[in-house]
Amino acid sequence: MLLNQFLLLSAVLFAIGVYGVLARRNGVLVLMSIELILNAVNINLVAFSALRETVGGEVFALFVIAVAAAEVGVGLAMVLLLYRNRRSIDLTEIDLMRG
Amino acid sequence: MTVDLLTLAFQRPHIDWHAVAPELTLLSVGALITLVDIVFLEKARPYTAALSGLGVLATLIPILTLAFDGADRVMFGGAYVVDDFALVTKAVFLLAGYVVILLSTNYVAEGDYWENEYYGLLLASLMGMVMMASSRDLISIFVALELLSIPAYLMVAWRKRDLRSNEAGLKYYLMGVFASAVMLYGMSLLFGVSGSTQLSHIGASLAEVGPSVAVVTMGVIFVVAGFAFKVSAAPFHTWAPDVYEGAPTPVTAFLAVASKAAGFVALLQLVYVGFYARADVFEPLVWILAAVSMTVGNLIALRQTNLVRLMAYSGVAQTGFIIAPLAVAGHSGAIGDQALSATVTYLAIYAAMNLGAFAVIITLARKTGSAEIGSFHGAFHYAPALTVAMTVFFGSLAGIPPLGGWFAKFEVFRVLATAGEPWGYALAVVAAVNAVIALYYYANVLLKMWVEDAPEGDHSPVPFTPSLTSALAICGGVTLLFGVMPQVVARFTDVSLLALGG
Repeated sequence: MLLNQFLLLSAVLFAIGVYGVLARRNGVLVLMSIELILNAVNINLVAFSALRETVGGEVFALFVIAVAAAEVGVGLAMVLLLYRNRRSIDLTEIDLMRG
Repeated sequence: MTVDLLTLAFQRPHIDWHAVAPELTLLSVGALITLVDIVFLEKARPYTAALSGLGVLATLIPILTLAFDGADRVMFGGAYVVDDFALVTKAVFLLAGYVVILLSTNYVAEGDYWENEYYGLLLASLMGMVMMASSRDLISIFVALELLSIPAYLMVAWRKRDLRSNEAGLKYYLMGVFASAVMLYGMSLLFGVSGSTQLSHIGASLAEVGPSVAVVTMGVIFVVAGFAFKVSAAPFHTWAPDVYEGAPTPVTAFLAVASKAAGFVALLQLVYVGFYARADVFEPLVWILAAVSMTVGNLIALRQTNLVRLMAYSGVAQTGFIIAPLAVAGHSGAIGDQALSATVTYLAIYAAMNLGAFAVIITLARKTGSAEIGSFHGAFHYAPALTVAMTVFFGSLAGIPPLGGWFAKFEVFRVLATAGEPWGYALAVVAAVNAVIALYYYANVLLKMWVEDAPEGDHSPVPFTPSLTSALAICGGVTLLFGVMPQVVARFTDVSLLALGG
């Protein structure tokens, strides 16, 4: 069983995703980085599920995919709203309120 | 294995319709509101708020019948459980939701903010919370969390053409989604260790594998950190002040009370049913979160000039108090049960007093048009009743007897002291120092409202509305009742999660 390789791939994806969320300034790219983390989760779930020979993990992965689609729908709508009002989706520029 | 699965005949899972009646009622009210708006269009607008309020109250009926029935109902092999804990927290969510509807009624109608969609989303979010209280499975916890969060993201950005509201919405969305992604990664690791998504199975296998497995530690840390975002515990609180300030104020009240309480309910279920065997991981983690939240929240709250931002930092500090009992929860089963009761008690009282404080802010802001503390100076001269109400709620938040917050804080200290652990005493000392700091900024706001003169000598009366008055009456009544007769709330919050999950 090649479990380690899958877990390594997923850990790398997770790390890239977290780096992207923290370092990227473009709203859409941050959304994509979050998707990377979610895909890391899915790889983990499916790999563990195959190892354990249960379907629980695969079912969980399907739920993650479906809910992530809904989430991204809301996220893109919000980025679009910001773009309409400000003509920019640079996250460092949204600082009307003191953090 | 695959062959086994294919040859298994499909068996319909047992569904206890009485147990899911609250969820079904809420769902049908949400559907009804949407339908009414489609059929009657503009004519239905004035009734939407009342209809959704009635729907939430109607949802309490099956909860009452379930409570009188008293039996624990378990469905889907233990993934969905209706027990005393679930019923009490569901009732808290629904009452908080009802008060938020009362607070929103005039705000949304006067701002012309897409009323029907607003209440539909509010009910969807409430539905997520009600489901969360029963979820004892990673999948259902995740789905309930997203069901309550996604409508909340939209409601924060509700004032579409207001840049602050846009900013608050996007910040809340990015923080929330990032937190739930990190939490999911932790969940996937826990699934890997136990091979099951059910919390009770995870609890059993965590007890079995022992303390040496680093993956378990990572999983627990990621999951707790994910929920620390939701309940705005420091150092994961940075979104809260901006989001609270930018969001419409009734939505802020909803986030500060209902959504936060839902995060706590999930955390309690995870800790008690799932992670209880690994007290060596979650206790220090919770200790740090509690101590840092109280200290950071209170110290930054001292410098705030905007009342809503002050409420955000005070909320961070209150979060520290609410999770403090969990820092000694693993000491023994008896202490664990007491810690759970203390946390649920605090949540119920916190909901009443915090919603009350927001009700006063919303009512006063109808006159002043701003939430700066300076604009509330001298409120006593033109709104004495509101000033007295604010004194009750802020006094309660500060923990002055005989108001409700006193009993909540007392329970926290009692649990920390009875555990008899050095770190329990240490946390109690941190909490005591923080209670004094908090008193300073609450008293400061009250002093300005009682003593100073109104800005520009404007003594015109505050425009009251029936829904705001009833919201104030409900919150004030509950805050006073729980303070004077704490046995009432203690009777309801005497719940346990350990017996079932074990």
